[in-house]
Order: sequence, then structure tokens, then C-alpha cells
Amino acid sequence: MSKDFENRRGLLKAGAALAATGLAGCAAVDEAPAPVKKIGRVIVIGGGYGGATAAKYINHWSRGAIEVYLIERERNFVSCPISNLVLGGSQKMETITHSYMGLRERGVIVLNDEVLSINPAKKTISLRKIADLSYDRLVVSPGIDFNFNAIQGLNDEAQKTILHSWRAGPQTVALKAQLDAVPNGGVYVLSIPKAPYRCPPGPYERACQVAHLFKSKGNTRSKVIIMDGNPDIVSKKGLFMKAWADLYPGMVEYRPNMVVTEVDVKGRRLTTETGDRVTGDVLNVVPPHRAGDIAMKSGLVNVNNLWCGVDWITMESLVHKNIHVLGDATLSAPAMPKSGHMANQHGKTAAAAIVELMNGRAPMASMMANTCYSFVDAKNVVHVASVHAYDEKDKTMKTVPGSGGLSTGPTELEGNYAMGWARNIWSDMLT
Amino acid sequence: MRLKLGLATAIGAALIAAQAPAMAQDLSKIRYLAANCANCHGTDGNSVGGMVSLAGYDRATFIKNMNAFRSGERPATLMHQIAKGYSDQQIADLAAYFSAQKKK
Repeated sequence: MSKDFENRRGLLKAGAALAATGLAGCAAVDEAPAPVKKIGRVIVIGGGYGGATAAKYINHWSRGAIEVYLIERERNFVSCPISNLVLGGSQKMETITHSYMGLRERGVIVLNDEVLSINPAKKTISLRKIADLSYDRLVVSPGIDFNFNAIQGLNDEAQKTILHSWRAGPQTVALKAQLDAVPNGGVYVLSIPKAPYRCPPGPYERACQVAHLFKSKGNTRSKVIIMDGNPDIVSKKGLFMKAWADLYPGMVEYRPNMVVTEVDVKGRRLTTETGDRVTGDVLNVVPPHRAGDIAMKSGLVNVNNLWCGVDWITMESLVHKNIHVLGDATLSAPAMPKSGHMANQHGKTAAAAIVELMNGRAPMASMMANTCYSFVDAKNVVHVASVHAYDEKDKTMKTVPGSGGLSTGPTELEGNYAMGWARNIWSDMLT
Repeated sequence: MRLKLGLATAIGAALIAAQAPAMAQDLSKIRYLAANCANCHGTDGNSVGGMVSLAGYDRATFIKNMNAFRSGERPATLMHQIAKGYSDQQIADLAAYFSAQKKK
């Protein structure tokens, strides 16, 4: 029995009880549910944490009255959160890989295709495989793309061996293979771009996971060198520094203000803007980010040629009407991280606004919460949490004073919660 | 339809049946707020495991627990930090919403 069907039956039952119309009508509905009257079409571009959530919740909250398309170029969803554990060896790709079947089953039309362009005036999109589609409202959740040009030598050929693995998938598998080949005494170098980038604690969690991998193989003479483009550890500083000292003594070296501007593939060497150099067996270079290509091409990027400004009540673009932008591609509100959890919240904000607007009602400001868990080894976890509320005066989201905070230290209990978080957020967005 | 049935219990079924626009908006606002919790506790409070389900949670207990998280009386890994972000009214709305959700 579909959820929509249950919904309508429940509504009829409630109505029936009130209006004393008897149960015969409900029995008839049980056999042949009337088709839901459609009130419009929403197309969602991108099936990540933001887009999949928006598609699910527009379907859920409109009870099928809004026709929802989800366009995703990959066959499966692969989660960035938990992907560092694949590098560390405690999780497999299967754990982080999920199909879109749950969304299809609830009535979302999921197309495995790529959007080539958006025409905001005509309210149409063009796709690689099929004919143009028209929309009443469009949701663009493209995630990030990389400014490879910021790093000299990081051309197409170099990108085959110098990986970012900052989008989970084939690069996760490829980096794991590189890490497995590092001998005892070998060096792994991680280059972190200047903030804002996707997942503030992610690089430091990755350093933990790579050190964990080396240690679990007995390669305790191997080194993890963090070349941070930022002046200091961006997230959970005290917790990560303590984890490196306690769990991986002598293995993790942190270097601040290291903006990598050049790679030498043959020499396996990175050079920074100040001329500092480092060599390593594995060079894991995460280039600077910007909003995903389709947002760039569609003129949705209006801040520093990098990010998309949005209205925080509706997630509607500040450039194009009827287009909502979600997730990492947005110009983040103050103290709001670019995270999968946050993108999920953006998806719900857009869904709530779209359902209200398409029913002729005004959209409403609300709240968003964020939780980022980081694994310091295979089991022990630390978190950072925050709660954000809409500020009427400044028209943005701000953290609620007195809320939010960090773990006091890594625990297995939080490790269990972190996996519970993953299972629930994947279910929340994909079923 | 758990939402409408639940809020029917909470705020009066007649208005729901009439689908008054103002009431429809109140319903939307509360389910939207409650979706803040779904990331960890499952859609409409139905956890798929590893976290407490909030669907069907006793209303008074929900309010009591959230207040205990806020005051620090109840130890937590992070709920004391999250709970402090929500007002008394919001917690009462969340309690009404989740208590009315059918546990799957």
C-alpha cells in the first residue's frame, strides 16, 4: 500500500467520522484510489543530500499532488559522510552506496540523465538523453565543482593520479588503493583548500582515518602530513589535536597556511604560494571549491563567482525566480557549514516553501539543525552540533544563542549514534 | 495522514475537515519544524534504527525530557546542545506532532 494511498484513506476516514458519512466510501477507496489531482510539476536537479531530500519531501508533504522529477547523472547515491571510513578500512563502498528505488516507489520520477542547460525565462531544462522538460518550479542541488585551475600542473592527466576524493565514488576506491600501497615509512599528504569548503571537519577526520589505516597495518613509521590552506584547524580543533596525539603519536603532522598552488606529478611534490614544498607517496589534493557547474552555467552564481545567494525562507535564487538552490552550492549563512546534514535541511526548507506556494499560501520561516560526526578511528566519534533560526531583521539564518556545541571527547557511544545518524538520514532522503 | 489525524486530536478535527487556509498553514509549519528532527530520528519520527523513535512518543514525556536536556538535568551526548535551540512553544508543538504520529 502506498503512503499516498494511506494518507488519502486516513483523511477520508477523519472526514467520514466527522461528517458521519459511514465507511462504505472508504471501502470503495481501498479498492480503487482516485488519482491525485496534480497541481504542478517540480524538477529537482541533483540527487545528493539536498536534492533527494527536496524530492522526497515535496512528494511527501503534497501527498503526491505535485509531480516531482529528480534528475541525477549517477545510477546510485554514494554518501560523502562515512566515506572516510572506507579509506580507513572499517567500512565498504556498499555501506555508502544506495539506490533511488525508494524514491521511485513513493512516486518520484527519477531520471538517470544530465541537465545540460536551464532556461529560466521559458521554465524548461534540456537534458543529455531525453527531450526538454518544463517545470513550474525548479530545484538546483548541484553540490560543488573544483577550481582545478588554481593549482598549476593539476591538468586532466595529473588528475588521474592526484585525487581529491572529495566526491564519494570511484575516487574513494582509487584513493583507498593508493593508500593500501604505501609502505611502512611512506608519506600521505592531504592538501586542504581555504574555507569555505564541503564538510569543515572532513579533512581532519580523513587524516585520522588514514593514520588509522597505517597503524592497523603496523605501518607506524608512515606519516600523514596535513597541508592546510587555512591559518588553523577549521573544525573541532582541540578534539582532533588530542586524537592525533593520543591515537597516532608521531604519525600526524599539521602545517597551517599551506595554500598549494602547484603539483609535480613525477616528483610527487606539492608547492605552496609561499614556496614551501612537500613530497609524498600519495598526494591527496582537494582543490578550492565553487558551486556545481550547472549553477555556474545557468547564471545562478552571484557571489564572488563562486556561490549562489538564496532567500533563506524559500531557498529561492536571488537571481532567477522559481528556481531554488540547495546545499553546498549556496552562499552559506553565517556559521552554517557546507554539510550533508545541512543540505538535507535546505531540502526540507525548499520543499515546505514550494508546497505552500503551489497551494497559494505564503512560505514560512523556520529552523535548521546540524550535526556533524567525525570518526577518529574505526569506532570512536566526536561531534559538532548547531541550531539555526531565521533572523527577520538580517534576512538570514543565525545560530540560536546558547545552543550547539562539541563532544567532550571521542566515545564509542557517539560512534553508534553516528552510524544511526547515517542510516536515518539515508532513509529520510531516499525512501 | 498521520499528520492531519494527529493534529486533529491536538487542535480540533472540524477545522481540519474544513481545510481552513490558516489551519492548513499551522499544520505545515509544525510538520516543517518537526522535520528538523527527522535527519537523526527518522521521517515523522520513525527511526530505522540506532536512534530513538519519536513517533507515538508520549507528549508530556517529550516535553519533560526536552526540558531536562535543556537544564542539564538529563545527561546527553548532544541533545542538551540541540534542545537549547528551541523555545517552549516549539517544544510543545513538536511534542503534539510526534505524539500524534503512528509508530511503524
